Amino acid sequence: MMSGDREISSGSRAVASQIRRCRGCEKALNQFTQQNLPACKPLLTPASVITIFLVLGVAFIPTGIIALHASQKVTEIVERYDADCVPPEYRNNKVAYIQDSSIPKNCSRTVKVEKHMKAPVFIYYQLDNYYQNHRRYVKSRSDQQLLQGLNYSKTSSCKPEESSNGLPIVPCGLIAWSLFNDSYTFSRGMELLQVNRTDISWKSDRDHKFGKDVYPFNFQNGSFIGGGTLDPNIPLSNQEDLLVWMRTAALPTFRKLYGRIEEDLHPGDLIEIDLLNNYNTYSFGGKKKLVLSTTSWLGGKNDFLGVAYIFVGWSSIFMALVFLLLHLRYPM
Amino acid sequence: MANGDRQRRRSHPSSVHSLSFGRQSSEEVLSLIGGPGFSRLVFCNDPHCLQASILKYAGNHVSSTKYNIATFLPKSLFEQFRRVANVYFLLCALLSFTPLSPYSALSNVLPLVVVIGVTMGKEILEDWRRQMQDIEVNNRLVKVHRGGGVFDNIKWKDLKVGAVVKVDKDEYFPADLILLSSSYDEAICYVETMNLDGETNLKMKQALDVTSKLQEDLDFNDFKAVIRCEDPNANLYSFVGSLEFENEQHHPLGPQQLLLRDSKLRNTDYIYGVVIFAGQDTKVVQNSTAPPSKRSKIERRTDKLVYLLFAGLVLISFIGSVFFGLWTSDDITEDGSMTRWYLRPDNTEIYYNPRKASIAAILHFLTALMLYSYFIPISLYVSIEIVKVLQSIFINQDLNMYYEEGDKPARARTSNLNEELGQVETILSDKTGTLTCNSMEFIKCSIAGTAYGIGVTEVERALTRRKRLPDEEVHGDDTSDNAHKASVKGFNFFDERIMNGEWINQPHRDVIQSFLRLMAVCHTAIPEVAEDRREVTYEAESPDEAAFVVAARELGFEFFDRTQGSVSIRELDLVSGKRVERNYKLLNVLEFSSSRKRMSVIVRDEDDGKLLLLSKGADSVMFGRLSEDGREFEARTKEHVGEYADEGLRTMVLAYRELGEDEYREFDEAFRAAKNIVSADRDEMVEEVEDRIEKNLILLGATAVEDKLQNGVPDCIDKLAQAGIKLWVLTGDKMETAINIGYACSLLRQGMKQIIISSETPERVALLKAGDDLAVSAAAKANVVDQINRGKTLIKESRESSDAVALVIDGTSLAFALEDDVKDAFFELAIGCASVICCRSSPKQKALVTRLVKIRTGGTTLAIGDGANDVGMLQEADIGIGISGLEGMQAVMSSDIAIAQFRFLERLLLVHGHWCYRRISSMICYFFYKNIVFGFTLFYFEAYTSFSGEAAYNDWYLALYNVFFTSLPVIALGVFDQDVSAVLCLRFPLLYQEGIHNLLFSWKRILGWAFNGTVSATCIFFFCIRAVEAQAFRKGGEVVGYEILGATMYTCVVWVVNCQIALSISYFTYIQHLFIWGGIVLWYVFVLAYGYLDPYISTTAYMVFVEACAPALSFWLVTLFAVISSLVPYFTYSAIQIRFFPLYHQMIHWVRNDGQANDPEFCRLVKQRSLQPTTVGYSARFEASSKRLDKKPEQATTNIE
Repeated sequence: MMSGDREISSGSRAVASQIRRCRGCEKALNQFTQQNLPACKPLLTPASVITIFLVLGVAFIPTGIIALHASQKVTEIVERYDADCVPPEYRNNKVAYIQDSSIPKNCSRTVKVEKHMKAPVFIYYQLDNYYQNHRRYVKSRSDQQLLQGLNYSKTSSCKPEESSNGLPIVPCGLIAWSLFNDSYTFSRGMELLQVNRTDISWKSDRDHKFGKDVYPFNFQNGSFIGGGTLDPNIPLSNQEDLLVWMRTAALPTFRKLYGRIEEDLHPGDLIEIDLLNNYNTYSFGGKKKLVLSTTSWLGGKNDFLGVAYIFVGWSSIFMALVFLLLHLRYPM
Repeated sequence: MANGDRQRRRSHPSSVHSLSFGRQSSEEVLSLIGGPGFSRLVFCNDPHCLQASILKYAGNHVSSTKYNIATFLPKSLFEQFRRVANVYFLLCALLSFTPLSPYSALSNVLPLVVVIGVTMGKEILEDWRRQMQDIEVNNRLVKVHRGGGVFDNIKWKDLKVGAVVKVDKDEYFPADLILLSSSYDEAICYVETMNLDGETNLKMKQALDVTSKLQEDLDFNDFKAVIRCEDPNANLYSFVGSLEFENEQHHPLGPQQLLLRDSKLRNTDYIYGVVIFAGQDTKVVQNSTAPPSKRSKIERRTDKLVYLLFAGLVLISFIGSVFFGLWTSDDITEDGSMTRWYLRPDNTEIYYNPRKASIAAILHFLTALMLYSYFIPISLYVSIEIVKVLQSIFINQDLNMYYEEGDKPARARTSNLNEELGQVETILSDKTGTLTCNSMEFIKCSIAGTAYGIGVTEVERALTRRKRLPDEEVHGDDTSDNAHKASVKGFNFFDERIMNGEWINQPHRDVIQSFLRLMAVCHTAIPEVAEDRREVTYEAESPDEAAFVVAARELGFEFFDRTQGSVSIRELDLVSGKRVERNYKLLNVLEFSSSRKRMSVIVRDEDDGKLLLLSKGADSVMFGRLSEDGREFEARTKEHVGEYADEGLRTMVLAYRELGEDEYREFDEAFRAAKNIVSADRDEMVEEVEDRIEKNLILLGATAVEDKLQNGVPDCIDKLAQAGIKLWVLTGDKMETAINIGYACSLLRQGMKQIIISSETPERVALLKAGDDLAVSAAAKANVVDQINRGKTLIKESRESSDAVALVIDGTSLAFALEDDVKDAFFELAIGCASVICCRSSPKQKALVTRLVKIRTGGTTLAIGDGANDVGMLQEADIGIGISGLEGMQAVMSSDIAIAQFRFLERLLLVHGHWCYRRISSMICYFFYKNIVFGFTLFYFEAYTSFSGEAAYNDWYLALYNVFFTSLPVIALGVFDQDVSAVLCLRFPLLYQEGIHNLLFSWKRILGWAFNGTVSATCIFFFCIRAVEAQAFRKGGEVVGYEILGATMYTCVVWVVNCQIALSISYFTYIQHLFIWGGIVLWYVFVLAYGYLDPYISTTAYMVFVEACAPALSFWLVTLFAVISSLVPYFTYSAIQIRFFPLYHQMIHWVRNDGQANDPEFCRLVKQRSLQPTTVGYSARFEASSKRLDKKPEQATTNIE
């Protein structure tokens, strides 16, 4: 292709004389310049249209059924607690409740396991109406600082959480500052369920994006405390909650991984959840939910993909029939 | 050279040449010198003297380049940023350095730099080519006097004003020179000015007597002179100056002494000249103006489309900003508490300040304008330019448009108009040299009332062939019945009665002798005797003149030498019966002009001393100049002339008379006096003098010369007519010839109603005689208007009876018809006619008609011509096609595309035109589609980020979308796509209608594509976000973050736009496969490689594919689903449209698919459907004639449209 291009652009004069090369190139070049290359010229004949629609249908419906099945197999327990965890006397002024640090934020919820949940059971918190994808918010971080810590000082992108009391903040920026800080413990009857809170973040984050010898510094020391605090003795790369939180969500409703219960949960099990309802979603009217979910090969519970596949599959078959009928009704 | 030497040694009798200035006019000329505009001072042979160096006249270095190293950057950047779209992108790039920017500055600047860089690279390349040309020209060598009578070679660019140069035969003049002397004693020389005005005839120049003696190199040793002359100007045909030489005498200089740069010395061994204008000051450089730049309709519509997109962009930015403003102002409630506290609305820059939400919204508007810049295809213009250049290369390379005999391929001189070739509605064609070969063959003559010549003309042959074999399939290669091919170029005459010297046995042998002698003497041709053979060849002003001389030679009157004052001929002496050489002393040449329509020479027969006036000219002027006793053969000759014209032959009437010595002397004085007048009415005076002597002529006879049709012209016209293209013939020929050529080309046919608008009516002639000019023109105009109105009623009638009507109009009437108050009516008449022939039209009228057609139809006009007289027309039309034939390069130089033969027009329009039109329009539609898909996904995502201006994709995904992942397939589409193969394009000319009606680039289609883009974007976005929502997307329980959704959506977009192009084209070579699938593969390769870069560079794309997406099955399922389901709507639409509502090209696909394309019967049926009653061409002619025979209405002829 490229050699052909050069060839034709170099000489546009005597066309016939310029082609003096090996036989094969000559032929290929000639075909190229005369726009006579061997070509495939598919045509949407009724037969091929109907075949394509049928093939689509035949391929999509089973795929959809399998996907739907996978989604159906997933068991999911969603417990909304943001409203119910507010003491009745603060129901009319939830913001005051959440901002008053003197009020204990303990809260206890009980959920019932309806179906067998095979380990690992993933624990998520779900926030709603929370714009982690806001431009100001997304930009307010310093990847260099997360990796290099205090050695890196050009953190102007972190504004307004760049420094406090004249000292730089590590990790800086709005994202880290607004770290989610509700915490959960789970018990089944009297038995405390072990929650594995490691390996909940992406490996690449731990290994390459967050420094192994970078420790939180001057974090949440300002006048206005945002979200959670960090243990200044644990390097950032091991603060997995932070790593999860800092992978900003794409949409205003999102879940983030909290941990895993590495035991099966059985139908009828009552799970008691003791939680600390620290995080303020009340001022912007966001919901907080706790989600316990198993996964399939397709991930969590979402029927959309399966249903959509099946729908498009059936539509294709329907289109094939319509097209066939039209074709027979109006012959060429 | 030997020939030249012979000429050189010969001493010419004293010059009688008419054009040397006489004494009395010199004062007038001299009085101008030194005044304003006439200040130039040239010190001959002393270019380095002090005064000359003070004057600082331009050197002889020429430069045609647009840029130099210093000016390139500012100038070309200025050119680039004259495009509104580029200014917008520049603003975006500048703004991207501010915090307003939604993406990093580098990623935004880079595509712009690439795009601008490629365009500038193209400019550099083009300019470099011009530079190479300049260097070649500037480094040509010329002999310059170095002093001491020594001439050395120096480069053209080093030539100085005032230098004395010596130019040899067949060399170009390096600058504008004043001729000092030549190898001839009379100091004349012959000059070919083809490069200047396209005329191939030689022009004679003559130096002043005073300098004519400087014939040796050594003579220039102590030559000193001063020339004062006009300042540099662009007028090629005027020059005023004076030469101060020897004894301070002033000698006037005129155009006769001026040799112009870029013209060529011919038939003269060498000349000496002095440089007066060099380089930029030369007349030819002063004359060169940039040709008007033409833009295609599609390009203009594309601009509108870009503005439309701008409007859309502003609208959605505005919507976004309003929402952003509302959202932002809600961040702090009225009581001062924060809602979205995590954004710290209490401590914020102005861009997000809820307390000044309106300002934030306005600033956000700028951000949005930048973010949505992906709606505007940044690479559109540069892609179109690249594609068009490649397309032109294909046009240039097409072997089917390569003219082997002349080694002339097609040349697309501009690539701007490729797609316009596919939309031509009207062709305006010159006749001579375009439809006809411009090779004249002497075929018949009428001498003393007897017709000689039994040759059959091409027109006659074509007509009898049509009558005998009206089957269209038999046309073409029946040149076999052209058995007795003319052995001599320009001569196709056969008649035993007068050939081989047999004429002496004819009754009027003295008349025949005079006739042939006149043919041999009365012309301005120049013989060239080849050294090795005894054959004489001629260089003549026009091919018919050459045909005369050749005919005279073949019939025994061989003209073999011309000197300044005489013409030598070998002829048969009637008395002795031997071949003798006879000299005719050439006294005066009364030149041909279009108004005189005749030329004469006055010669003295050196043997018997008789003075003869020999005259030849058009019948219309010659018959009126006969003396009472010279009209012996008038009636018979007139009859013959009429017959010849009917056959499409050019006729010329020959007559002579003897002059008395006194009469001649009187004439000569008057003639010289008139010639020497330097005033505007000089020409008139000369004509008047000439007029006085050219009368009382004795008629000898008439000649007929055939104007041969070019190869394949009728076929080509037939195809073009079937394609629905109208053909107008604009010719300078007389009406009868034009009509005849019309018949030969099947533009006219029997049964066609002809509306002939002519001003040569008896009343007009009567008025002309009365000499009342005003009355004449008023009456003529009224007459034309009347004829036009009658024609219009005729058209109305014929529309009902569905008969074709042809319009033939002559130049005089055309002048009236083009006047402002009449032209509307005329135009209405003209478009109602199947064919239009304008004869006797001047170059200016041709251009005016072209403009009228262009403006009034609004359709695309194509003008095709070969001569300098077509230049106006070519430049006026939307597309100018030059025939690179015989008549010089002027037409080619001002054309947009040059082809060697008229018949190549068929392939140029029906194949290349159609393809280019289709390619460009599909390409632009697709461009908008792919940017709308991309832009809308961004917009939708915006809605989910509370319109904060966050882009859905990584900066570099954004940046590379247009220039990387989606650019090559669309270029492949623009360069290689073929809806229908070349063979089928030609077999079904109907296909061309798509272009004429602009079906592929109608607003409906464009908006359809925009709609399709919106649908695709909607599908991609909502399917993606619904599929990944908040739940885990893989076995490990991980959820989808911002970076993963971006990568997934981007993957879908790349797949969808590339598959969409695969769906919408139906022609795949390995190139298409490579580019389309390569684009997708490239994306994966990119995201892989980019993901491995340091997180500092790759940011959100770090490891996103390897770690997150690729191992997740749901990623692949989502991609597959989003891609298929966003393509299904288009697929369904096109399946139904192709099957049930096919466009022309799709019909042809069906035909091809059914294998009917090779079925001649079927093709005939399809062809018939394309014939309307008003179609011209011989297929239509055949249809019409069979219809007349059948006398029954034929359903098949209804148009399928």
